[in-house]
Amino acid sequence: MVTMNSEADKTQATNASSTAAPAKTDCTSSNSSDPLAVAIPEPQSATAVVGGGGGGVAPGTATPSPTPLSNGSNNGTGSSVSPAATGAGAVATAASAPAAAAAGTTSASPPASNPATASTSTASVVGAKTAAATTTSSSSATSSSTAAAGSKQSGSSGGLLTVSGNHHHHHHAHPQQSAAGQSAAQPPQPPTATALAVPSASHHQRGGKNEDAPNILVYKKMEAIIEKMQAESTGVAVRTVKAFMSKVPSVFTGADLVAWILKNFDVEDVTEALHFAHLLSSHGYIFPIDDHALTVKNDGTFYRFQTPYFWPSNCWEPENTDYAVYLCKRTMQNKTRLELADYEAENLAKLQKMFSRKWEFIFMQAESQSKVAKKRDKLERKVLDSQERAFWDVHRPMPGCVNTTEIDIKKAYRRGGSSHGTGSAGASLAKNPVEQLTRIIALRKQKLERRTIKVSKAAEALVAYYDQYNEFDYFITSPELPNPWQTDSTEMWDTEKNSKEVPVRRVKRWAFSLRELLNDAIGREQFTKFLEKEYSGENLKFWESVQEMKALPQSEIKEAIQKIWQEFLAPEAPCPVNVDSKSVELAREAVNSPSGPNRWCFDVAASHVYHLMKSDSYSRYLRSDMYKDYLNCSRKKIKSIPNLFGVKR
Amino acid sequence: MSEAAVPASNANANATEKMASLVREAENLKTKLEEERQKLNDVNLSNIAERLEQIAYVNIKPRKVLKGHQAKVLCTDWSPDKRHIISSSQDGRLIIWDAFTTNKEHAVTMPTTWIMACAYAPSGNFVACGGLDNKVTVYPITSDEEMAAKKRTVGTHTSYMSCCIYPNSDQQILTGSGDSTCALWDVESGQLLQSFHGHSGDVMAIDLAPNETGNTFVSGSCDRMAFIWDMRSGHVVQSFEGHQSDVNSVKFHPCGDAIATGSDDSSCRLYDMRADREVAVFAKESIIFGVNSVDFSVSGRLLFAGYNDYTVNLWDTLKSERVCLLYGHENKVSCVQVSPDGTALSTGSWDYTIRVWA
Repeated sequence: MVTMNSEADKTQATNASSTAAPAKTDCTSSNSSDPLAVAIPEPQSATAVVGGGGGGVAPGTATPSPTPLSNGSNNGTGSSVSPAATGAGAVATAASAPAAAAAGTTSASPPASNPATASTSTASVVGAKTAAATTTSSSSATSSSTAAAGSKQSGSSGGLLTVSGNHHHHHHAHPQQSAAGQSAAQPPQPPTATALAVPSASHHQRGGKNEDAPNILVYKKMEAIIEKMQAESTGVAVRTVKAFMSKVPSVFTGADLVAWILKNFDVEDVTEALHFAHLLSSHGYIFPIDDHALTVKNDGTFYRFQTPYFWPSNCWEPENTDYAVYLCKRTMQNKTRLELADYEAENLAKLQKMFSRKWEFIFMQAESQSKVAKKRDKLERKVLDSQERAFWDVHRPMPGCVNTTEIDIKKAYRRGGSSHGTGSAGASLAKNPVEQLTRIIALRKQKLERRTIKVSKAAEALVAYYDQYNEFDYFITSPELPNPWQTDSTEMWDTEKNSKEVPVRRVKRWAFSLRELLNDAIGREQFTKFLEKEYSGENLKFWESVQEMKALPQSEIKEAIQKIWQEFLAPEAPCPVNVDSKSVELAREAVNSPSGPNRWCFDVAASHVYHLMKSDSYSRYLRSDMYKDYLNCSRKKIKSIPNLFGVKR
Repeated sequence: MSEAAVPASNANANATEKMASLVREAENLKTKLEEERQKLNDVNLSNIAERLEQIAYVNIKPRKVLKGHQAKVLCTDWSPDKRHIISSSQDGRLIIWDAFTTNKEHAVTMPTTWIMACAYAPSGNFVACGGLDNKVTVYPITSDEEMAAKKRTVGTHTSYMSCCIYPNSDQQILTGSGDSTCALWDVESGQLLQSFHGHSGDVMAIDLAPNETGNTFVSGSCDRMAFIWDMRSGHVVQSFEGHQSDVNSVKFHPCGDAIATGSDDSSCRLYDMRADREVAVFAKESIIFGVNSVDFSVSGRLLFAGYNDYTVNLWDTLKSERVCLLYGHENKVSCVQVSPDGTALSTGSWDYTIRVWA
């Protein structure tokens, strides 16, 4: 019965015979899927991706005004006599009349609708408890409405899934993975037939493209770990615990879990192990047996493994209707452990409002699932209920908990899964593999031609850089003055701003490289003075002018280029720089280029001058008395500073 | 009909043949390249670094928490004044914080949500930002009303803008985009000064080389590559591969001769430009989540990396060891950045907060 049920649901469009199945549940489930699929125009990808950080009834998409069908048919007609969905016997008339069978027709008419027309929607009257007669009519209409719902048909609701009681995995081969949203996706044959879990197989339509998606990458890694944890003798010990008057099946303690992680992974300490466990839990692989907050405590609290069927790698994107059925079902089961938490009750109320017109369907579906559930073995039911709850704790997390199913929008975009459109990059990659390969070949050729140094040389240079700079690295060496962030004192910044004295550390830094010297305003000033004394100030002036010009807005570039040319490079330049004739020639060509000069036209000349300064004037400056005096001077001042503050304190 | 079909299938066969030969050539080049590079791979970086003392302890603690965004924080940037931070969020807001006092000084609402990138101009007087609107917009930092009134759109991509920086001038902006290109824009006119084609996947991050001319930058992309570009020519001058998944972050080593990358493959890597190869991989078996953002300390010894597992890991780049872990954020860490004077680290997260560590 169960399998028939889901089959009817998923393959309704093609499989007419499925209507032969036990009419009641069958039709209701398939029925309910249709109007809902319509009512949620751009469903889960948007919720998951765009939806705010919070859990609950995802705000963005959650309240789609029941828009007319895609073909524009007016849903006003027979619409919503919708019941308060309370009374069991209430009659719900949720209807959106097809364009063809338009206005006026009572909702009971649709049998006439042609299965081929995409426009039809199911208009059905369902007496909650005595549905038999009416449901037949609606079932005939179902096939067409799938088309109306567009590609995202998401066999909503129905998927009565089967999960065996034994949570030690059945490799259910992640049924839907490849299926493009709709098709096939037949749940595995159950060892113990149990209807459970509403969530539909509304997976991304991206199918195989998902294989290397960042989330999948992480899921696969976590699943490998979970499998290790479940290994017979080397895994985490799972037990059935006897409690007062009852048994708690298939659980392990947080302490055991953390100990296992510490033993089997290269984690540093208990904190990291606990954090690791928390991540596994927040993604739904393990869960506390009676807490909505998916986290792990390092104590005797009991946890359970999630069944692989519910693993996030299956790309579940359950819809709000599924959630509604689930919550609704919980209200029917008279068990304390199934009582709704406050936030769930609120969500249920919101959903009821949102889906008021089809609440009857939701209610009935919940009821039928609940009935099936009641037939189950007691312990098995405990496990299944908790797994289903954990599933929803992942996908509709408790307020304040992280929704781990959210995807970085950049990645969603790229994979074409966003409602906002698609990034072009993925497409271009797919479109032109030849160009792609040609590019890679060119890059590799370029790399082969490149002259490189030995790794040891490069490594030495990196280590040397550290040797030189470690005293300036405040994460490694404490600064002279207290770090403002650590002490809440801005002394360090104030001194730097106001004081005329330059700390010796800073002056020392000028000797590291010409770049360091020029990066420091005072250093640059000193160097300028030095060059003036040496009568070679024009080199620095030229280099500075070029850098300044490059930073100008485009509108001022042309003029600035002419100015530099006239001042430093032209035959009768007042301030000629010492540049080789080749560089001058290059600059001349660039300045007079027909396409107009660009901001980089003096780059060759400027870099020539820079190297000249570096190898010549800069090293002379470092050896000069001027620099040494300055260094000593700041050294003395620095010495006096600690005393000063010593007094202050 | 069959006649027409034959040439078609021939063409098909030719195309397949061509593809196969290209694949072969690419593979051969790769092998050859590996051989060549192996010749110069005489020693590991960590061996050279053996003489250095171990970093036993880093005094770094959470110092400030900036709360005010109502959705995921996607990007932050330090002001040149070393104490202000700009942040952009999925809530569509741009907030300028005095991180030292944790006060919000300005809040600007953008017409779009998902502001993926923001950057301070070198003068500290402007900020640039953009995201899902595919645009880069510049705001002067004045009063809130004026900021909104005086905003200007500088450039537009054909897909989301993922990252932006000012290359040494308030007058230009360099952007990276989901359209797989980077672009250099003239702020005043909105003119495209140079575009950078070469990546075959979304560009996720860019960083400017810290050299004196500022003519080169690095980009990381979902094509798993990092490219070094010459801004003048618009060409790739160096390329680095090795990552197994999207490269989400790139940063120049402060010496300017190496870059670090962070990837969805949950590793960070150090590539040396002089040796033209990967010189270190920072990964652990217990780290399984992707890296969103990396940054160096002033000496280049420490690499801060923000992960999807809510943590920040500190790597000793020279010894290739993890120094410590920073816990605190309650959701993915989207961005990390060392302050301009190296005194602090800022981290932004999907938990809506920004934290300052020192």
